[in-house]
Amino acid sequence: MIAFILRRLLASIGVLIAVGLIAFAMFRYVGDPVNQMVGIETSVQEREQLRHQLGLDQPTIIQAARFLINAARFDFGVSYQFKQPVADLIGARMPATLELALVASILSLAAGVPMGVFTALHRDSALARLFQALSLIGISLPTFLIGILLIYLFAVVLRWLPSFGRGDVVHIGSWWTTGLLTASGLKSLIMPSITLALFQMTLIMRLVRAEMLEVMRSEYIRFARARGLSERAIHFHHALKNTLVPVITVVGLQLGSILAFSIITETVFAWPGMGQLFLQSIQNADIPIMAAYLLLIASLFVVINLIVDLIYAAVDPRLRIQLHRAPV
Amino acid sequence: MSEIAAEPEGASRPDRTFIARLKDSDLLASFLSSKVTVAAGAVTIILFLAALLAPWIAPTDPFNPATNFLSDSLDPPSFIAGGDPRFLLGTDDQGRDMLSAILYGLRVSLAIGFCGVALGAAIGVGLGLISGYAGGWTDSIIMRIADVQLTFPAILIALLLDGVAHAMLKAQSRDESAFAVLVVSIGLSFWVQYARTVRASTMVEKNRDYVLAARLIGLTHARILISHVLPNVMGPVMVIATINLALAIITEATLSFLGVGLPPTEPSLGTLIRIGQNYLFSGEWWIVAFPSLTLAALVLAVNLLGDWLRDALNPRLK
Repeated sequence: MIAFILRRLLASIGVLIAVGLIAFAMFRYVGDPVNQMVGIETSVQEREQLRHQLGLDQPTIIQAARFLINAARFDFGVSYQFKQPVADLIGARMPATLELALVASILSLAAGVPMGVFTALHRDSALARLFQALSLIGISLPTFLIGILLIYLFAVVLRWLPSFGRGDVVHIGSWWTTGLLTASGLKSLIMPSITLALFQMTLIMRLVRAEMLEVMRSEYIRFARARGLSERAIHFHHALKNTLVPVITVVGLQLGSILAFSIITETVFAWPGMGQLFLQSIQNADIPIMAAYLLLIASLFVVINLIVDLIYAAVDPRLRIQLHRAPV
Repeated sequence: MSEIAAEPEGASRPDRTFIARLKDSDLLASFLSSKVTVAAGAVTIILFLAALLAPWIAPTDPFNPATNFLSDSLDPPSFIAGGDPRFLLGTDDQGRDMLSAILYGLRVSLAIGFCGVALGAAIGVGLGLISGYAGGWTDSIIMRIADVQLTFPAILIALLLDGVAHAMLKAQSRDESAFAVLVVSIGLSFWVQYARTVRASTMVEKNRDYVLAARLIGLTHARILISHVLPNVMGPVMVIATINLALAIITEATLSFLGVGLPPTEPSLGTLIRIGQNYLFSGEWWIVAFPSLTLAALVLAVNLLGDWLRDALNPRLK
């Protein structure tokens, strides 16, 4: 088990260093960082001085190493566009995105699992067919279309919910802000979180349904029936429990893509989060922010992957044995 | 002479036409047995034809400033009060006929979708063939890259590639190169699945007798891969390509919607929706509604076709 964890850890660090080098290549070779920082009237000497100050005249390997070390301390320099440290910019917007992603994940689980169980147990009922049809639409339609549809319905026609922003936020500690404690904050959260959750929800629903159908056919469920257990106990105690391992994996892995997809949701609802910042940086070729965002998302993905792998190994004894026999 | 000697056993038989083989297979029967699939097929064909014939069937040329008048701007669709009979689906802020703009937009969206999928498939199939055939460290490197890329959602990769291209190109040439940038971004975001599938089948095929025979008669590795192994690993590629077409269209629409795709001067469906979203609150719903409906219908229909194709060609489900 320890060997497995170590191997996984090493692989994760390898991935992070690779992504870090890509980020460095972006920073160093896509456009000239010096040109981005100075005005047109700056003299050649001043440029050279800045180049020296930034260490851009040193050998590439040393530059790359310094970039990685700075990145590990989350120091990505100054944004070309805002002339502020990238870490501050991202830090200020992180709470909004994390809050949105968290609420969306909870929502997708809370709705997806029961819907999946229901459609598996009552396959031919009208409601199950409706869920299936909805899931097809949810999986096919682009996120931004769903967002626009919700805005049209609830903000333009019915005028129930605000269509943009976070509403009033409360400061907690020195840098965290939350919209969960005010009425307008909660109201603003409803549509973005539904938009973001819908794709994950349909994914979870389809997965739970498929797994439930598989499990319900197995011998031990038949045995549980023979023992005279109630349907309720069979469905939720025996069957659902065994479907949860793949569900945990997918939910874990999808947490990363929720963060990535929040770029779209944040744009539709003008949500002041990291995704919006990243999109602005793409439009303005603001490489420091792009590099920082890339590394941040990569670290999140790697950590989530690692945790999911470890949980998987801890939960499923068959996998543990396999891992001992055939190292990855 | 050597090509005939090494003709693979399961490859196409030239003595039977494509139509005859289609009639014999149960593919056609399985297609016709599902009403949803037939409907999806019909919608797909109609939209493809509309896109293909856009220059001939569109009522106006939406990009010709000489025929667009600002006095016509923001006209509602012709079937509701205040509509102009010349504009079936209304006009946008610049007096462009929405129906024509949608037809041309559909054309652009589909063109990028097809080119992106083709590029992704070409890269993926090529790397998959090399990876599976060569094995060893070549295989390890390619598959490691694939593993790393697979942990990131394709849309994020496409966004990043798009951003890098933006940074490298000068502002003036951005609009002109938007098409190519989108195709490359989509192609590079979607190659992994092809590579993995093709690698797995190549590893099986390379140990078959016909490959051995081809090597015995002294064919080069490239020749063996392209004319002998490739035809035998293409089956699953077509299924992945169909499913990926819907994804590629969504990716393009999303990038254009986010404002990093096609410019308003050469709008795709995503660009049209982006423009129309600004008019949602002032009541001009048709500018956003019709492009959205077209996009939704296209993606849903292609997705349904892809699902059907996957199930129909999967021997385990028969």
